[in-house]
Amino acid sequence: MTDTSETIAGLVRQAYKYGFYTDVETESAPPGLNDDIIRLISAKKREPAWLTEWRLKAYRYWTSMQPPTWAKITHAPINFQEITYYVAPKTVAAGPKSLDQVDPKLLETYEKLGVPLRERERLAGVAVDAVFDSVSVGTTFRKQLAAKGIIFCSMSEAVQEHPELVRRYLGTVVPFTDNFYAALNSAVFSDGSFCYVPKGVRCPMELSTYFRINAAKSGQFERTLIIADEGAYVSYLEGCTAPMRDENQLHAAVVELIALEGAEIKYSTVQNWYPGDEQGRGGIYNFVTKRGLCKGRNSKISWTQVETGSAITWKYPSCILQGDNSIGEFYSVALTTNYQQADTGTKMLHIGRNTRSTIISKGISAGHGQNSYRGLVKIVASAVNARNFTRCDSLLIGDKCGAHTFPHIEVHNNSACVEHEATTSKIGEDQIFYCNQRGISTQDAVNMIVNGFCKEVFRELPMEFAVEAQRLLGVSLEGSVG
Amino acid sequence: MRRPILEIKNLNAGVEGKQILNGVSLTIHPGEAHAIMGPNGSGKSTLAAILAGRNGYIVTSGEVLFDGTNLLELSPEERARRGLFLAFQYPVEIPGVNSTYFLRVALNEVRKYRGLPELDAMEFLEFVKDKVKLLELNDQLLKRSVNEGFSGGEKKRNEIFQMAVLEPRLAVLDETDSGLDIDALRVVANGVNSLRRPDNAQLLITHYQRLLEYVVPDHVHVLVGGRIVLSGDRKLALELEETGYDRFVKAQQAQP
Repeated sequence: MTDTSETIAGLVRQAYKYGFYTDVETESAPPGLNDDIIRLISAKKREPAWLTEWRLKAYRYWTSMQPPTWAKITHAPINFQEITYYVAPKTVAAGPKSLDQVDPKLLETYEKLGVPLRERERLAGVAVDAVFDSVSVGTTFRKQLAAKGIIFCSMSEAVQEHPELVRRYLGTVVPFTDNFYAALNSAVFSDGSFCYVPKGVRCPMELSTYFRINAAKSGQFERTLIIADEGAYVSYLEGCTAPMRDENQLHAAVVELIALEGAEIKYSTVQNWYPGDEQGRGGIYNFVTKRGLCKGRNSKISWTQVETGSAITWKYPSCILQGDNSIGEFYSVALTTNYQQADTGTKMLHIGRNTRSTIISKGISAGHGQNSYRGLVKIVASAVNARNFTRCDSLLIGDKCGAHTFPHIEVHNNSACVEHEATTSKIGEDQIFYCNQRGISTQDAVNMIVNGFCKEVFRELPMEFAVEAQRLLGVSLEGSVG
Repeated sequence: MRRPILEIKNLNAGVEGKQILNGVSLTIHPGEAHAIMGPNGSGKSTLAAILAGRNGYIVTSGEVLFDGTNLLELSPEERARRGLFLAFQYPVEIPGVNSTYFLRVALNEVRKYRGLPELDAMEFLEFVKDKVKLLELNDQLLKRSVNEGFSGGEKKRNEIFQMAVLEPRLAVLDETDSGLDIDALRVVANGVNSLRRPDNAQLLITHYQRLLEYVVPDHVHVLVGGRIVLSGDRKLALELEETGYDRFVKAQQAQP
């Protein structure tokens, strides 16, 4: 008989279905990074001078920095001069056009990925901005959204059409001085999504961005900025895939969210960048800075992430709870198999009075995967009556993987109430055998157990993404019975 | 004569080089209930584990036929789908997996094998209603995760409840009586009795004859040192209750 633990590990290892490459004509900058490259990117995008200057300042700051070493991840040093910082398909490089003018190969790519962009095949109830390598291919449902005053477009377009909004908010939540990869992103970001929901408007559909890395030896550095004005609501989804390659590729994004008084932003990610092969060759380095500012009173920002891809994940979607009564949430499922490494978690910074935060983190490690939760809950002196609840669960599958937890709690106000719960469990052979004995295959049993483990997080995902997440973990969601 | 449900022929087996079963033979026909009794370490649970296909047991020789098919070649889930059910001595907890959902998936696996349509959540609840009553099961338990936070007695009752739902061809009850108080024992026994049919069979594995006061077997076998040393009818169980296993153990040890 086969060894059950190996069988289990094998099952979690699903074949990567999005590893294909699209052969399109591209134009790209030469590899390497210097003032000229940054000026080139900025010129390609016909950016105003203030933005070019901002990029250059960020670049100069970045050259004074060292890559962070505190995370529990290991990788060979990255040669930043080998990376190509700008790659765009020729048909869209000259600026956004209607989808009719876009190379059909690109549209086919998104269809293959399950994200049709053409009018009649679009996903019902979801507006999509599709980002291919360095540029946005197209954004759907824009007219319908514009009727409500909602701006949803690529970052490049926002810079042209809404420069005042971009200038007012860009870099206010994640300044370029924040960290090494945020500085790099600020210097070279090529596109991304921009969204503004005006006062009192509830966005009638899910907004989403689908990120696709296609070109070899390129990096992807997108920048997303979402602003929910007073009393507005928006739910935003993000999906990502990349071709299979033996070399590692860098993805260093920055996402900034701003919620004004009474506004709510729900940001969900299903991250499925190419994770590398079974020996740990290749895969995306996903070094991402995501942060939301609950600026106004009674505002709320909720992060939900399902991280299944990438060779290395380094990301900490965080909330600054500045407004009184504001709420921050972080729900996370991170799966590492083969030789994947994830160091992920959140920061909840309580500044306003009666601020509340919830952290639910579920780490699943299989194969040789290493999974770390790293979190900071900080209650500053001004945060009267702050509340935090943290729950941090790890599930181990097999005996060669690892789960690690690094919670940091800093409390500077005696009225605070901070709770932290943590568990570590292992899918046991006994549990699998019990399921087998009831006629349930090992695959289904693992799925059932993993899915049960992640239930609290999946519940937070919008329906369309819950389905995607379910498929990604190769599981069927538990029925509503009981 | 009808074909037996289970035929064990001269089964020799063990774990990691340690021989535990030394030539066990046993034939069970439809409609029969057999009891296997024996002291601790005699190989009772090993026999149950091998029948169910648990990992880590090695069959060195012998044969097991289940409805005429070579059982040992089948995966554990295939055995289950063909109607072999093991009521576990120590049912495991599966946190996060809802009991009702779990059992519906299990039932649908069996139904798929039998060529019956799968049941959806509503149909399933209808289907199990009577069985919940039969086992006097607190239906709150079904809303919890599998066996999580169940008392010992509730776990055992849940096993028999699952048996009632899955309607196996052969049910192997591994020490189902252990750890049960008298009321729970009666409920479990009542459940087991009511599931007896002319076309199925039961194999009760037990240390004590306590269970056999409620579930009356047609045949009783004494397993000592991995061998069936004596077979008889129900009276044998009563006899054992008085004399214990000592004489068999001594006889066994006296052998070269």
